[in-house]
Amino acid sequence: MTSTIEPVRHGSSIGQPLTRRDGPLKVKGQARFAADNLPPGTLHAALCVSKIARGRVKSLDVAAAEAHPGVVKVMTPENAPKLSKDPDLKDVPFTFRIDVLQNDKVRYANQPIAVVIAESLEAATEGARLLAPTYEEETPRIGLDAGEVFTPDAVGVGAPPEQVDGDVEAGLASAAKTFTGTYETPAQYHNAMEPHAAVASWDGDKLHLFMPTQGLAIAQGRLAGLFGIKPTDIHIDSPYLGGGFGSKGVPAGPQVLACMAARLTGKPVKLVPTRSQMYGPMGHRGPTRQTLRLGADEAGKLMALDHHILTASSSFDDFFEPAGRVTTTLYASKSTAIRHEAVRLDTGTPLFMRGPGEASGSVAIESALDELAFDLNMDPLEFRLANYAEVEPFSGKPFSSKALRECYAQGAKAFGWAGRPLKPRQTRDKDGFLVGTGVGTATFPALIFEGMARAEIRADGSGTVEIGALDMGQGAWTALAQIAADGLGLGMEELTFNMGSSDLPNAGIAGGSGHTATAGNAIHAAAQDVIGQLTELAVNDQASPLFGAGNAGVTAAGGRLTRRDDPSRSETFSAILNRAGRAKIEGKGKAGADAAAQKSYAMHAHGAVFAEVKVDPDLGQVRVSRLVGAFAAGRIINPHLVRSQYYGGMIWGLSFALHEKAEMDPRTGRFLNDNLAEYHVPVNADIPAMEAILIPEEDSVVNTLGVKGVGEIGITGTAGAIANAVWHATGIRVRDIPITLDKLLG
Amino acid sequence: MILFDYTRAATVADALATGRQPGAAFLAAGTNLVDLMKGGVTNPERIIDITRLPGLSGIEAKPDGSLRIGALARNSDVADDPHVAKTYPMVAEALLAGASAQLRNAATVGGNLMQRTRCQYFTDAVSPCNKRQPGSGCAALGHATRIHAVQGWSEQCIATHPSDFCVPLAALDASVEIEGQGGTRSVKLTEFHLLPGDHPERETVLEPGELITALTLPAEAARFAGNARYLKVRDRTSYAFAVVSAAAAMILDGGKIGQARLAFGGLALKPWRVTEAEASLAGKAPSPEAYAEAARIALDGAKPTGEANAFKIELARRVAVRALTLAAAGTPARLPALPASPFGIV
Repeated sequence: MTSTIEPVRHGSSIGQPLTRRDGPLKVKGQARFAADNLPPGTLHAALCVSKIARGRVKSLDVAAAEAHPGVVKVMTPENAPKLSKDPDLKDVPFTFRIDVLQNDKVRYANQPIAVVIAESLEAATEGARLLAPTYEEETPRIGLDAGEVFTPDAVGVGAPPEQVDGDVEAGLASAAKTFTGTYETPAQYHNAMEPHAAVASWDGDKLHLFMPTQGLAIAQGRLAGLFGIKPTDIHIDSPYLGGGFGSKGVPAGPQVLACMAARLTGKPVKLVPTRSQMYGPMGHRGPTRQTLRLGADEAGKLMALDHHILTASSSFDDFFEPAGRVTTTLYASKSTAIRHEAVRLDTGTPLFMRGPGEASGSVAIESALDELAFDLNMDPLEFRLANYAEVEPFSGKPFSSKALRECYAQGAKAFGWAGRPLKPRQTRDKDGFLVGTGVGTATFPALIFEGMARAEIRADGSGTVEIGALDMGQGAWTALAQIAADGLGLGMEELTFNMGSSDLPNAGIAGGSGHTATAGNAIHAAAQDVIGQLTELAVNDQASPLFGAGNAGVTAAGGRLTRRDDPSRSETFSAILNRAGRAKIEGKGKAGADAAAQKSYAMHAHGAVFAEVKVDPDLGQVRVSRLVGAFAAGRIINPHLVRSQYYGGMIWGLSFALHEKAEMDPRTGRFLNDNLAEYHVPVNADIPAMEAILIPEEDSVVNTLGVKGVGEIGITGTAGAIANAVWHATGIRVRDIPITLDKLLG
Repeated sequence: MILFDYTRAATVADALATGRQPGAAFLAAGTNLVDLMKGGVTNPERIIDITRLPGLSGIEAKPDGSLRIGALARNSDVADDPHVAKTYPMVAEALLAGASAQLRNAATVGGNLMQRTRCQYFTDAVSPCNKRQPGSGCAALGHATRIHAVQGWSEQCIATHPSDFCVPLAALDASVEIEGQGGTRSVKLTEFHLLPGDHPERETVLEPGELITALTLPAEAARFAGNARYLKVRDRTSYAFAVVSAAAAMILDGGKIGQARLAFGGLALKPWRVTEAEASLAGKAPSPEAYAEAARIALDGAKPTGEANAFKIELARRVAVRALTLAAAGTPARLPALPASPFGIV
């Protein structure tokens, strides 16, 4: 980077490794999550879900359920409150079809088919069992080979399914070496620790909800449409989320059912789905079968990069895992093409899941790249550097910043990459385990959405910042408050910071790794507005030591405005406001994408992940022994929280490579592992010593604060690095993810 | 809510009397039973809480050299007992390789024997399952997964028993002390669990109302202490059932194997001890060839139940060879940080 960005910090909070402000509450069990709320008179609801994947419900024994002591009401398609809008209508962008008892059709296993409302959870649960549904069953379509292949209109969120840059066939024909390989990734489920709970109560046509959501305004809009009320008549409290990972981006069917049940009974209703009930109506990462065709010249320059993806959506809605997107930004190639195709299956609709597209696509392309590098007799890192994208492929735009070279260099150094043998199965440790190492490139777009915030400074010198931002565990309560404190020139202790409620200014969706950029820049703008007004007061007031300094001539810090050219002349916020007879100054701020900058620049975060694995040569069991990631993601607001995000991402990458897979019985479409005992994610004992290196990166283009997202990038690169390390250890290339021990028995 | 009677037994006699009633189930820690009740897999009408029965949680070294473990002893207490760790190291290693620390702190040894299969078609409470609903069929048969059996299965049931603990117990000739109306009887652990045959709903030799009161490890078992290991191959390092596990032990006598013991977990509906394989080792010098031969014999007659579990046969051979190799090398002075893991060698 040649340019240096204007300093935006007035104070000293940004950049500090503060621990989570909500940490003590969470450790003591005092942070109130949605399901912790129980307004007086609350009834408990339990879902009855389908045990078949396709067909219709023939009967429900409502009488038996209602006869059970404590059961108040059974809600079925017969008596469910009429909605103002067909829940399958997609008239507003970002709407997903949900199953809220609109009819007797079954579209996937675990679909809600009735709700039992009772005085206790136990009675509701038993009531749901007593419904003993019978079905008219049709043969379900399960697995990527079960449906008819077609090209979707769009993949991910509005991305084109096909993109071509140059002639890949010609590129392959002219290549000195080519490689073709097919990789599969399974359906994965978000499995946030906190279920999609909802505690709903109605007051006339006003709805109150305790509900975890990654998008307050999106949820208000969706519910307003369904219930025919104004979005502003819906109040949602969502101060903490026990993880979301995309699955709480839009209200899930069961959360809407809680609102319907409350309307039907006229009482507050609490509905918390069970773990297994989360495998279906809450979205998942769609499975993929990815074929990569690569060609390179003698020097290792990519001549062709062709990425074909087969994925799946549900029979009734569209979300197509955009696994090819990563190929349009990652490496320079003379010709590149991506093409997505899909089938429709009798499963719930897939959804964005942490690193949507990039996570699945990255494991395939990073594996394929290593397979070709080996053919070329090239070091995998050298091969990546030989194909370093100086400008964004396809668009040809320069990057707003890209410290990826530095990530490779520092990551390789910390890991000890140099001297790695090219051939696989060369190294054993003292105990006889096969040792291998691998690298993968990490990347994720730097997104920003529209968001708003408000701020004020009061005559007593204290301040408040308010925004409908959301903490799903990433640390927003802390990082955003740091931005707010610096923006207002206050210490953290003088600042009141509120978030997590729909009564506060809309901060957009906490997703796409864009929340710190969106909410942070909105907060910064609101604070700037306040400081601007305060400055205006001071510099035009002859009684102020700042008189005549000019609007740009002061800085705010420590609760004071200070002349830039003479730090000895300053005044407290309190003095300025009191003299002006003002109780407070209020300001507003907005954030959003800068269209001009987006037209001129490609914006992404980058990183490099290095993995070392040990594999038992006889038994196939794999142990990741080291993980080092180096990431460049613009300005780092809080290195402690950011490092945790990278660790979490890398652990998810490990989970992707070695553990996660939803298993279904192809005959019935029912899940075989819809619980956390059998749907494996790693345990502590699976996680090695990890290192996350924060590579400094300044970016004056991406947004005012210069921040990029860090939430998702850690998964990308990691899964591929581990897959490559397993190959390097064993000489066995597993193209069917996850890499389990049965595939390594040789 | 599901209504059931709950009574707390004050004495063993009390438990035996109530336990005979139809639909009764004994409750110890409930780490398995309560989950199954919540999932609608089993619906006992009468729960008899035996956790307060006096005198059933001791771990006692007897003058004759045997060890008596009360049925209500916690898994973690047994695993941490210095005498157990020293004298029956593979029992401790197997216990520590099971479940999670929280579960081990609650679960009892008697309950461990009584735990039900993790077959997904049994636990889903809806699929045809001869074990859950006799005569309904076996849904697993057409779609066996990696947890299903390769030994001792029948067309009626291909489930496996999930216990780690039972594997070294089987290898060491442990016996189960059972109280019933007719008094006390003792059954060898290898004969306690039943193979599915035509009656997978019958899982153990327990008659209605009978109660496990203790486990006994014979004095002979202590002779294996110097060369005994439990090895568990699994899909993650903790909180995962064995894909395949093995308990291997031997008595070395002047450079030769005097006696050997070998039992497997993850292969069948009971801990799978193969005395023919053990016998093949007797009198031989410890060697890779001898282990391979024993492993070959041990997997004789093994048959996969589907594509997904065919690998377990070869894996089991390799696990046997490795476990025997580790056992021959000597029991480590201290249990490894990752007990029973291939990566836990000390």
